Amino acid sequence: MIDSHTFAAGRMDCVELRIPARAEWVAVARLAVSAIANRLAFSFEEIEDLKLALSEACANCIQHAGAEGEGIDITFEVLSDAVRIAVRDRVGQGQSAACALPVASQMRDERTEGVGMYIIQSLMDVVEYKVDGRAGTELVMTKRVRA
Amino acid sequence: MQVHGQTGQPHVVELTGEIDVYTSPKVKDVITELIDSGHYNLVVNLEKVRYIDSTGLGVLIGGLKRVREHGGSVNLVCTNPQIRKIFDITGLVKIFGIFDDEATASRAMA
Repeated sequence: MIDSHTFAAGRMDCVELRIPARAEWVAVARLAVSAIANRLAFSFEEIEDLKLALSEACANCIQHAGAEGEGIDITFEVLSDAVRIAVRDRVGQGQSAACALPVASQMRDERTEGVGMYIIQSLMDVVEYKVDGRAGTELVMTKRVRA
Repeated sequence: MQVHGQTGQPHVVELTGEIDVYTSPKVKDVITELIDSGHYNLVVNLEKVRYIDSTGLGVLIGGLKRVREHGGSVNLVCTNPQIRKIFDITGLVKIFGIFDDEATASRAMA
């Protein structure tokens, strides 16, 4: 079990990004995480994992928080051996924490409820989900560089 | 996105670029149009896809569900390990036929 505090030691740089909660802006978040991850020793595959995990988190905000025009706040904490990404919307109970495989349930229709979170859990080392009814919901996910 | 097919053979949908929450609705429209016009055997070529997320998977699952109602199927062409990985971790490799090239994917439907 990897605790998020494992990564707290040493220098940390912070990058903040706010995108509109609309589908056409998710690609910008992917570009940002790709550029940030390139500064660490992540492999190509790990960078692709980070891009997918962040995209799923943003899509979750857009699909469940709704709120056209409200922003998605993304904070990248860049450590020497890991990156921690916080994705926040401004809607209490906005992002869905549902986590499910698509195999059985999704064959009934094309909704992908829970699949995005399942993918995030599969690709990231630590995933935390926080709900604050007033401030919104926050997904914090961490991936460390493999030795 | 390209669509091509011949009578009596599976229609091929060739997707390109990034299939995400923004572009998936366009893919859904194309697949829905094909199914509505009676094409129930589809090959979706993902060789030129750089990225696909769960919304893209949802469109493929929805298409598969609809063609199966008519006795059809959806086969995929995919050799990119990053794309294959998403089908692996979600278990969708057990639902879709995934092949290395269009000819093999089409023959598998015969």
